Amino acid sequence: MAVSVKIPVALRPATGGESEVRVEGATVAEVLDALFERFGELRERISDEQGALRRFVNVYVAGEDIRFLEGLDTPVADGAEITILPAVAGGV
Amino acid sequence: MAAEKLKCKECGTEYPLEALYVCGRCFGPLEVAYDHSTLDDTAALRRRIQAGREDVWRYADFLPLSGPPPGPGNRAIPLAGVSAGWTPLVRAERLGEALGLRNVYVKNDAANPTHSFKDRVVAVAAARARELGFATLACASTGNLGNAVAAQAAAVGLPSFVFVPADLEEQKLLATGIYGTSLVEVRGNYDDVNRLCTELSGEHDDWAFVNINMRPYYAEGSKTLAFEIAEQLDWALPDRVVAPIASGSLFTKVARGFEEWLTLGLVAGAVPVMHGAQASGCSPVANAFEAGADFCQPVKPDTIAKSLAIGNPADGPYALDLARRTGGTIEAVTDDQIRDGIALLAQTTGIFTETAGGVTTAVLKALADRGEIDPEETVVLLITGDGLKTLDAVRGSYERREIDPTLESFEASTPAEPRIARAVA
Repeated sequence: MAVSVKIPVALRPATGGESEVRVEGATVAEVLDALFERFGELRERISDEQGALRRFVNVYVAGEDIRFLEGLDTPVADGAEITILPAVAGGV
Repeated sequence: MAAEKLKCKECGTEYPLEALYVCGRCFGPLEVAYDHSTLDDTAALRRRIQAGREDVWRYADFLPLSGPPPGPGNRAIPLAGVSAGWTPLVRAERLGEALGLRNVYVKNDAANPTHSFKDRVVAVAAARARELGFATLACASTGNLGNAVAAQAAAVGLPSFVFVPADLEEQKLLATGIYGTSLVEVRGNYDDVNRLCTELSGEHDDWAFVNINMRPYYAEGSKTLAFEIAEQLDWALPDRVVAPIASGSLFTKVARGFEEWLTLGLVAGAVPVMHGAQASGCSPVANAFEAGADFCQPVKPDTIAKSLAIGNPADGPYALDLARRTGGTIEAVTDDQIRDGIALLAQTTGIFTETAGGVTTAVLKALADRGEIDPEETVVLLITGDGLKTLDAVRGSYERREIDPTLESFEASTPAEPRIARAVA
């Protein structure tokens, strides 16, 4: 299933400047693997040594934080949009 | 000035002092690093601070500008903008009596120009943005920040964009819109607004989002709360501080301020015991504290304390670490406790706070009720915003009495004894 992944500015040097990348995958984990396959440099920036997401990386499927879904096992529908963003901003 | 570079809090990678906020290597947050080696004469430094402006720029040595503070003396940024800080530290004897404590102080940041502590962080972020040549200010806001950004932009003549959740208190929307900003109400909660703005900041790199690409500079502004508290306590540190937590930025930066002054010898002692306060309707950091975790599982906020309604707190891990290493706690209180906290503060100090101050007051009360605080300790309660911002929270909280304009009507309706605000033991 083809999905599009939106790449944040801080990671675009690792994708040759591309802001949106289309890859195949049925879960978030598969999508990220496909992404790392194409842009090897992304792996260590997004994932820690155990393959989990680094703690300041947020991933959204159709605008919803995957920590409210099934984490890396969250299924992704054909044509879904996945967004990777740093955890920032905030109020008090 | 002493700001030297940006440094990743996670992996230590260094960056120049530009509009950067996230480490390209590990995605960790960036923080301003200083070289304070020239500040070795503490007596002279104290005198300079005491002779300084009565606003955040009094502490310019500890803030991240490359030139002097904004104002007529600064050719690059001659407009001073909205002044912020130097708010009262009030000795709260009656509140202390009600809680069985002898040395309670209230740091009343509702006394800022737009009635919340956000004027501090915006003063710093906007000044740095102007130094860097930005011509538009923007923010993702739960309300207070929007007030402060819109006002600051108006005062320095810059266009601004304020993004807020559409369900925000009307008072906060009105008090932002009046400044002539572009107010954008987003259908979603704060975390949705934040996600949108993080994406937007990537597409509009000529906008200074004060709490996104200006975040390292913005966050530094909260340190001025610590500096003022120390100076107002006659160059001493309190034993404990009770502070609100939403993203965890203020909580951690207040402690950082105390640490910087301890390192330089401007004050003696140790970092105070830090207590973080959240609403139980949005308590990802308190939950993690209780569970012994070092990261926060995000939550969907549902609380009257909307200025603290951040379900995905960026500085959560650092807030947890700070509470633990100072022997403090991170606590959550219910909406009813928050309303009681607002009333307790109002009726013992004369200070009317918004819901976030109800949260900190309720947490102080819970700590006192549990006997965790020695009655002789010096405790500072942070009040970060004004009660007029969250009127809905206290609607119906007092007894109404309407009479005809006659003596008879008054006598018939009013008990012989006037009501005492709040009797304390």
